[in-house]
Amino acid sequence: MKKFLIAILFSFVSTGAYAGGHSPCGVTDGTINVLANEFTTLRIVMEEAEKCAGSSADFSVTHSVDHQKLQGPALEANPAEFTAKIVTNGSITPLMSKGLLRPLDDLVEKYGANLNKSQLITFDGNVYAVAFMANAQHLWYRESIFNELGIAVPTTYEEVIAAAEKIKASGKMDNPYGGAFKAGWNLSQEFVNMYLGHGGEFFKPGTAEPSINNDHGIAALNVIKKLTELSNPDFLTQDTNAVKEEWESGNVAIMHIWGSGAASLLDDEGDQNIKADTRLAPPPTVGGGSAAATTLWWDGLAIAKNTSDENAEASFRALVGAASSTEMANANPNAAVWLIDGYTPGDAAVGVLAAAKMGATPYPSIPQMGLLHGAMSDEMVEFLQGNESAEKALQDIEAAYIAKAKEQGFL
Amino acid sequence: MPHKTFFWFFFPSGLAMILFIGLPIFSSFFQSLHIEPEQILIEVESCDPFGCETEVQVDQEASAKAKAENPLGRFNGFGTYKDRNHLAFVEIDEAWKNTENTSEFIKQVLNLPFYKSLLFTLTFCFTVTPFVIVLGFMVALSVNVLAKSVKGMVIFGTILPMIVTPLIGSLVLFWMIDSQGILGATIQIIFDDPNLSLKSSRSLTWITLIIYGIWHNTPFAFVVFYAGLQTVPQDPMEAALIDGATRSQRVRHIVLPHLYPVATFIALICLMDNFRVFEPIIGFSAEGVAQSLSWMIYKDLRNETQMLFGSAGATSMLTILGVGILLTPVLIRTWKEFRTDR
Repeated sequence: MKKFLIAILFSFVSTGAYAGGHSPCGVTDGTINVLANEFTTLRIVMEEAEKCAGSSADFSVTHSVDHQKLQGPALEANPAEFTAKIVTNGSITPLMSKGLLRPLDDLVEKYGANLNKSQLITFDGNVYAVAFMANAQHLWYRESIFNELGIAVPTTYEEVIAAAEKIKASGKMDNPYGGAFKAGWNLSQEFVNMYLGHGGEFFKPGTAEPSINNDHGIAALNVIKKLTELSNPDFLTQDTNAVKEEWESGNVAIMHIWGSGAASLLDDEGDQNIKADTRLAPPPTVGGGSAAATTLWWDGLAIAKNTSDENAEASFRALVGAASSTEMANANPNAAVWLIDGYTPGDAAVGVLAAAKMGATPYPSIPQMGLLHGAMSDEMVEFLQGNESAEKALQDIEAAYIAKAKEQGFL
Repeated sequence: MPHKTFFWFFFPSGLAMILFIGLPIFSSFFQSLHIEPEQILIEVESCDPFGCETEVQVDQEASAKAKAENPLGRFNGFGTYKDRNHLAFVEIDEAWKNTENTSEFIKQVLNLPFYKSLLFTLTFCFTVTPFVIVLGFMVALSVNVLAKSVKGMVIFGTILPMIVTPLIGSLVLFWMIDSQGILGATIQIIFDDPNLSLKSSRSLTWITLIIYGIWHNTPFAFVVFYAGLQTVPQDPMEAALIDGATRSQRVRHIVLPHLYPVATFIALICLMDNFRVFEPIIGFSAEGVAQSLSWMIYKDLRNETQMLFGSAGATSMLTILGVGILLTPVLIRTWKEFRTDR
């Protein structure tokens, strides 16, 4: 945590971790083919990487919200379908478990002169990824509406609910709250946030046995239910991008989405009145807990193991060029909280920085976490629609997880 | 046809069926009997921008070795078929013992993922198929009496829902029923309920999917019925006309019996297709409230960070079994007709 804050707040005094080395840009041979998630910030990074690779390089990139589903089979193939993958602390785990990523120490040595040491993601002493940005979900609100109704900026979810209820009662908006509640990964992620915010542990210590059927779990589900009741009735079909559209249409006055959303919400497109009225706030705590009910994420580059050294080197050079580009970071200060050397945080960094300060935990990179995450959404829907109790839903999540974990050899 | 001629006639398609249908099914079955080797976990020191900590990770070397020794994984017999995410024998047994009345028991069973999916799949199948047959027949009868000049255009328009890719068709409808879309907003105004959403209420989503299914499948029934109508013998029709039979009488006593085998064929294909309902669930983002067997397979392979091959294989086998059971009555009937014809 400390390291993170040092990297962000004092980045302008820190110097590059490695002296010397070759300039990464201007790739002439090898193929660069990147798989990345789809949001504006990563498009900025990829443009920079393409620029760094140079006009003679063979550069292509696939942006997909399904990146997490595609990465396993794509990188398992030999030769891999993609030479590089933009990973997060969530999506790197399954790739690491299967040994599909290439250790990067030699390439960092050669081309990583401008990287901060905190950008290096290491497992057992070897570098497997290079992070370039930090991300977290936090609160966004419409200042004019809050001022008009005399609502203070909420610091807890209890206050968020009260604020949303007040806005609804005022008749200004029917569904003032916005959150990515789409059935599947997003809905499960909301539970992860809320459960960690209540101070819960996902597994019994030292085992792969689930332990979410407890008071923290029940409290977490009840808060989510309250929030969905104040959201668009179509909430089960809305992911982050859909919530952002609701925001830009002026249908939502308070939402909890990714800090990286600033890249598209605070740009020059869309309703400028709403943009001028948009404020970012720290993620709230919940249920009297002290840690923010959100998770910390990094996004970074990783190179496929099943690709030739030539392609790996070419891909690494182009991507590291972007991941160490101070100009890119400072030209887009609000697009992300960059971990890049020499970056001065913009106004939009406040949410993510606050999340780190407020003791939010990084998303758990435990190998079996993905299985539990995948088991949550179905049962949560049953609960949110009032078909079953919170206890039953949690019990079902655990049972569904256990069956899958047995099949995968974790139990 | 002599047996030898028949054999050589059938050989190419038989070979293709074995290669492209038989072998994959066998391979899925084989896979469904296996589970992954035990994960060997080690603790490693890992560092990221948020700090360093000791974390549990999969031991890559040991796992790679285990995988090389046993690429298929551990043999598990029918264990995956019996677990909670499939047939759930243990859970059903418990539900039977712990519940006092049948409705409570049924509720508990339908809470299990496989049976939940089966319920939607069967509801979809048995609602869509009859509608498709009746509607398809009516459309075919209507189009058949149209003037030649407009027939071509009408036929093209009628089969359009079938031509549109299922995913695109369902996405278009999905946006129309959005609470701000033309259909969704209209429905909210009609029922005067600003919170009415076709997307988040279970029953309304099911109805939406079923209506989509009927819309998408009717053209198929229409095309087959229309072709069948061209073969209705004209002599009995004329005789009936002379006898003073009305149009409905002619349809009932001449056309319907003539098209009966065609209807059986359509029922067969429709049941089979609808049992595998999948695209509309994705298109309508309906996975929260409507899951089908095919969607379960998709979920095992795509919605997880690790692919659950065994689980997906088991669901595939159970789906094939389901299609088999569903088609048995129709197949027996066809077989009997075939025997009597001889």
